[in-house]
Amino acid sequence: MTKPRYPGYDVLAKRNTPSWDEATRKVVDKRLATPDRPRFLTRDEWSVAAAFCERILPQREDAAPVPLAALLDAKLLADHGDGFRDADMPYMREAWRRGLAAIEAEAKTRHGGRSFASLSDEDQDRLIGAMADGGLGGEHWGDLDPQKFFKRRVLVDVPGLFYSHPSAWNEIGFGGPASPRGYVRLDGDHRDAWEAAEATPGHEKKAERDNRHVV
Amino acid sequence: MLSNPFSAPRARHGRAPDVFRHGAWVSMREHRETDEVDFAIVGTGAGGGTLAALLAEQGFSVVAFDAGPYFRPLEDFASDESEQNKLYWTDRRVVDGANPIQMGGKNSGKAVGGSTVHYAMVSLRFRPEHFSARTSLGYGADWPISWQEMWHYYDLAEKQINISGPLTYPWGPKRPRYPYRAHELNGAGKLLAKGCEAIGINWTETPLATLSAPLSGPEGKSPPCAYRGFCRFGCTTNAKRSALTVWIPRALAAGAEIRDLAMVGRIETGPSGRATGVHYHREGEWHFQRAKNVVVAGYAIETPRLLLNSADQRYPDGLANSSGLVGKNLMTQSNQAVWGRMDEPVRWYKGPPSLAITEHWNYDDNKDFHGGYIWLGQGPLPNEWASIQTGARGLWGQKLRDAMLDYNYMIGVKMVGEMLPNEANRVTLSDDLDQYGLKVAKITYAWGDNDKALIAHALEQMGRSIEAIGAKGIFLQEDDTNHLGGTARMGSDRRTSVVDADCRSWDIPNLWICDGSVFPTVGGVNPALTTQTIALRTADRIGQLAAAGEL
Ligand SMILES: Cc1cc2nc3c(=O)[nH]c(=O)nc-3n(C[C@H](O)[C@H](O)[C@H](O)COP(=O)(O)OP(=O)(O)OC[C@H]3O[C@@H](n4cnc5c(N)ncnc54)[C@H](O)[C@@H]3O)c2cc1C
Ligand code: SF4
Repeated sequence: MTKPRYPGYDVLAKRNTPSWDEATRKVVDKRLATPDRPRFLTRDEWSVAAAFCERILPQREDAAPVPLAALLDAKLLADHGDGFRDADMPYMREAWRRGLAAIEAEAKTRHGGRSFASLSDEDQDRLIGAMADGGLGGEHWGDLDPQKFFKRRVLVDVPGLFYSHPSAWNEIGFGGPASPRGYVRLDGDHRDAWEAAEATPGHEKKAERDNRHVV
Repeated sequence: MLSNPFSAPRARHGRAPDVFRHGAWVSMREHRETDEVDFAIVGTGAGGGTLAALLAEQGFSVVAFDAGPYFRPLEDFASDESEQNKLYWTDRRVVDGANPIQMGGKNSGKAVGGSTVHYAMVSLRFRPEHFSARTSLGYGADWPISWQEMWHYYDLAEKQINISGPLTYPWGPKRPRYPYRAHELNGAGKLLAKGCEAIGINWTETPLATLSAPLSGPEGKSPPCAYRGFCRFGCTTNAKRSALTVWIPRALAAGAEIRDLAMVGRIETGPSGRATGVHYHREGEWHFQRAKNVVVAGYAIETPRLLLNSADQRYPDGLANSSGLVGKNLMTQSNQAVWGRMDEPVRWYKGPPSLAITEHWNYDDNKDFHGGYIWLGQGPLPNEWASIQTGARGLWGQKLRDAMLDYNYMIGVKMVGEMLPNEANRVTLSDDLDQYGLKVAKITYAWGDNDKALIAHALEQMGRSIEAIGAKGIFLQEDDTNHLGGTARMGSDRRTSVVDADCRSWDIPNLWICDGSVFPTVGGVNPALTTQTIALRTADRIGQLAAAGEL
């Protein structure tokens, strides 16, 4: 297990400091309370989505999990996409519906009727790798280009959901919400007291102490 | 409780939001739909917002429409990338071509204040020769306005927007001192400077439309920038000088009416061939506003879309389109970048993203392709940074998560480069319909050989500059573009342009276009200051034409 770079850092500890305003609290609270059940996706689609997203951004034991399937479902339910589509691609909702169905069908064909979610990590990754490299295609996909689906939808939407979660901000040491207080020390090696402290070799304990006072 | 800016219009019943004070209102003059107002303006961004203020200040009656909501930055904006997606134009659009343009947040806004609500505030003047690219430099097209005249209006724009910038600007003819002092550089800005010095070119502090000291007076009430770094997602402090904080308050004070959540679907023309007003959708139904003049200022996708969607019996190819050029010559700007990892932390999320700039390659003609470019310091927030890792490097899985761990050590510089006009790059109508039942824009784009040569040059120069300061693991982001122009170009010949130097359409004398679409060439700098400058000039010209009885 790798050690966290910013041990003990929690952006949420700043929730009631001048780094967060009311609008931000509302938005992040709502995100953290996203219902962990399908509302837009069907149960079957949800189970493919959950397994699939887990391979796009694998969870770590040392970090709070990011519920990607729930966040994806919420995004599709709200239909808050980027609006545009490539001329040979459907809009967001339809692309995901068709993409998930095709991934499931692809798994079943390759693995004797087994669902994508039941495959080993390695088999899942192999399938995703083939999609990324343009090695998938065929009738499950209809006129949806699997590689394009992967590049233009999956790799846009899933990382966007993951890195919108406070747990991901903690992991990379991002300052997170910053209004109205903002920052005073603008240089990278000058840390404001409310920024994440990094565990440099030999100074892990100090970083952890500093991070407990990031308020 | 806060009202929801999307659920119902805020500007009505004789009042509009006061963006400078929590929950407060300013009074707003209203016009009846049966009143023939002097100007109906479609779009309230860099072009339309500016013009609304300046025309109202001259005493014209003005109604300005925007399809987007009327935000209260102090209350509605969260410090959050995904939530702030609400600022962008995310209605349907279709893209194709060899190099399809990414729309959405990468390209345009939908709000009172337009794209300036989320823009990065970089406020640059064109290089003078770029206004006469055809005659002075041998490519593209000439503007029908001289650089000297533009210089005069740039002075006014910089003053009225309160741009903060360096004491002396290293490139181009003399310009007055910027009204506000330059901002202190962050880590990313200092590294850009070091990189430029290492390869022997000039850099400077970027002129930015965000305050470096408080502002209080008739121009508004704003604190200085708090360096929170979310500029691209809306400024919660109002330090940003957007159309929403600069021009819209002035427009209201001078008697203009703003109609938010009001999507214009069609411009009507009458028996005389002149425009008679606009059909717009607000609160669930279609309305018609009569007007003596119509100004289209919806930016380079929505402007041609509206002109094409307004085709009628007299104008079967769309309005103002006798040249056939409406929608053609779409230009975006190359926005490629190089990224690398430093040995020391940079923490680029602090402060406006582009505090330092080099314009060297706009002013150096020792290159074997046309056009120029700048590059700017960068500070992408986590979502955008992840999309760069996936888009440029194709990372996913554990590799992506591991690469993201270096977030606080990364630096990058990003170009804004000139792309050349080409009629094949264009906006047409798709058969897809939007939520109002209107045909959406189809956007076709391919880079030309010159565009590719310019990009290759910039990537090499930018790469050298960060390599020279010790960036490791350098990678290129090769496919990014930003900013739009050209789809209703201005010119001095009605056969080869859509509007004249005054932004007046050649075909319909009371139909004007005043936004990014009128650029005949996009130059090698970010466009919004030039868009506002054109609006300043257009307002003056309209005043003169009115006085001469020529409206
Ligand atoms: C992320 C980003 C960063 C940027 N950063 C910079 C920068 O740092 N410097 C710079 O110079 N430029 C920048 N730009 C570009 C700049 O914001 C635009 O070029 C400029 O705002 C365009 O002005 P405009 O008036 O043409 O259109 P906009 O400012 O986009 O305004 C158009 C308005 O018209 C409305 N509209 C459109 N059609 C209709 C209709 N039919 N009915 C009603 N309303 C309609 C839209 O809702 C919108 O509000 C940036 C753009 C983006 C997307
Ligand atoms: S960094 Fe400054 S301009 Fe940008 S959002 Fe924050 S306060 Fe506004």
